Amino acid sequence: MHEVKAAMAGTIFSIEVKVGETITKGQVVIIMESMKMEIPLEAEIDGTVMAINGNEGDFVNEDDVLVTIQS
Amino acid sequence: MTNESTKTAYNARLEEIIARISGGGPEKYHQKLEEQGKLFVRERLGLLFDEGKYVEDGKLANCEADDLPADGVVTATGKINGQTVCVMANDSTVKAGSWGARTVEKIIRIQEIAEKLRVPLLYLVDSAGARITDQLDMFPNRRGAGRIFHNQVRLSGMIPQVCILFGSSAAGGAYIPAFCDVVIMVEGNASMYLGSPRMAEKVIGEKVTLEEMGGARMHCTVSGCGDVLVDNEEQAIVEARRYLSYFPAHYEAPPKLAKAGRVKEGRQLEEIIPEHQNAPFDMYEAIEQLVDENSLFEIKRLFAPEVITTLARIEGRPVGVIANQPKVKGGVLFVDSADKVTKFITLCDAFSIPLLFLADVPGFMIGTKVERQGIIRHGAKLIMAMSSATVPKISVIVRKAYGAGLYAMAGPAFEPDVCIALPTAQIAVMGPEAAVNAVYSNKIEAITDPKERIAFSKEKIEEYKQEIDIYKMASELIIDEIVAPHNLRSVLANRFDYYESKVIARSPRKHPVYPV
Repeated sequence: MHEVKAAMAGTIFSIEVKVGETITKGQVVIIMESMKMEIPLEAEIDGTVMAINGNEGDFVNEDDVLVTIQS
Repeated sequence: MTNESTKTAYNARLEEIIARISGGGPEKYHQKLEEQGKLFVRERLGLLFDEGKYVEDGKLANCEADDLPADGVVTATGKINGQTVCVMANDSTVKAGSWGARTVEKIIRIQEIAEKLRVPLLYLVDSAGARITDQLDMFPNRRGAGRIFHNQVRLSGMIPQVCILFGSSAAGGAYIPAFCDVVIMVEGNASMYLGSPRMAEKVIGEKVTLEEMGGARMHCTVSGCGDVLVDNEEQAIVEARRYLSYFPAHYEAPPKLAKAGRVKEGRQLEEIIPEHQNAPFDMYEAIEQLVDENSLFEIKRLFAPEVITTLARIEGRPVGVIANQPKVKGGVLFVDSADKVTKFITLCDAFSIPLLFLADVPGFMIGTKVERQGIIRHGAKLIMAMSSATVPKISVIVRKAYGAGLYAMAGPAFEPDVCIALPTAQIAVMGPEAAVNAVYSNKIEAITDPKERIAFSKEKIEEYKQEIDIYKMASELIIDEIVAPHNLRSVLANRFDYYESKVIARSPRKHPVYPV
C-alpha cells in the first residue's frame, strides 16, 4: 500500500484520478495549490487507486494522506 | 651464518609480519564482509587510488599484539586522477574497526600529513567507534579522538575532506562524516547514529531498527547528514573519484578546468520554461541545457528536493548551481532547503568554484509549522552564506523571484557580478494575485457584484504586472541584462571566464556571528 501525502500545507486544486483507476509510477494524481503555486503530486508505484481523501478546494496539512494506492 | 642468509632471515621475518598484517582480522570477519556485500579495506584502497598504488604509514602499529593488524586502520598516501591525496580507512575485520590509541594517533598523523602536503583527505569509514577497553589511552587526552575532530574543523575549507561511509559510524565516530565536505553512503550498509537502537531501547525505551535510526537512505533523505546515496561500494569509490575531479587540491589552488563539453541534446529553454508563473516544470531539464553533458555531480539530490544544488561544468569550468525546483513544493524554500543551500555555497566558495543561481522562487514558506522550526533564522543563515561568498556569483532570474526568495538567490543587492533576467522573469515583493489581495482586500470585499469584483481584481493585477515589468526593471538598472533563453549558456560561459580574476578583500574581523 502506497500513500500519496500532501507535500506541504495548501489546498487541493484538482484531483486527477478516480477510485479504482489503474495508474503508473510518476503519474500525477493530485495537483495542490500552495503559495500561489500549482504543486503536482505523483504516484511512486504502479497500482490501483484505493481511496481518495478530500475534495477539490479542501485545505490540507503537510503529510495528510490524500490518495492510497494498492500495487 | 653468512651475510646472505642473515639477510634472507631478516627479510623472511619482515615478510611474514607484513603478510599477516596485510590480511587484516580473522577469517570469520572476512566472510561477514562478503555476506554484507562489502570489500576488504585493502581492496577498497586498490580501487580508490590510481593504478591501486599507495604508500602506507604505521602499518606495523600494534604489531606485537596478534589480533590488531595495523590497529584497525590503514593510513595511506597515493593519487586520484593524478592528484596526490591522503586517506584513512577503517578495517572492520579488526575489532569491528574500533579505535584504540594507535588507531587514533595514525588518523591524527595522516591529517597532519594532508595539511602539510596541502592535498585532499578522504575518510573511508567503517567503524564501531571507541575501543572502550582502551578509553584512557584514546579518548580524553590532547591527542585523543577529540583531536581528530578538532583537526577536521581546522582543515575544513583548507583542503577537500571527503567521507565514504561503507559501514557504521557510531557515537563520537559519527562526527567524522559530519565534519566532511561531502558524505557518500552505501545503501543498506552505511549507518550513522549517536546511540545504537539497543542503547535507545535501554535508555529512552524507543524500539527502532538500525535502518530507521541511522540508515543511509534516512540520512540522505530526512536528516541531510548524507549527500550521495549509492548502491554498492564500487559505485561509492567511483563517485568519490568523480567528486574530486571538480576540486583543486587546496583553497589557494586555481579551479580545475576540464575539456569543454557540449550540451545534452534536448528541448530549448524557450520550450521548457512555461510562461505562466504558477505552472510547474522540471528545472533539471533546464540545467541540462546550460551545462556540459554528463557534468552534473549533485549534492543532496534526495534531501529538500525543492531546491537543486549541483556541481557541473560549463565549457569545462566547474560551477556550483543553485536552482529552485518548481516541480517540487512549488520551489518554495523551507528550513531544510536553507540548510542544503548554505552548506553548498560554503563548499563552493571555499574552493573557488563560482556560483550560478537559477531563481524561480515564490519565497520562503509561511505558516505556524515553519515559523516554529525557525524559518527566519534558517533563511538568515542562507542569506549570510550567499552574501559572504566571494567567488564569482551570477544570478539568473528564470521566472519569478518573490520576496526574500530574490535575496536568497543572490538578487541585485547581494553583489552578484551580474543579475541576468530571462524574458519570463518577474521580480516583486510578492506575486500579482497575492499583492492585489493584500492591498485591496477591503475594497474587493466591499464590491457586492461577483462579476464586478473579478473585473476589479483583474484590472489591478494587470496594473501590478506592468509595475513589475522586466523591461522596466532593466530600464531602472535593477537587472543588468535580459538574455534570450537559448543564448544563456554562452553568456554564462563568457561571463564566468571574464570574472575569473575577481578578488574581494576580507573584512577586518574574525568572522561574522552566524545566525544558525
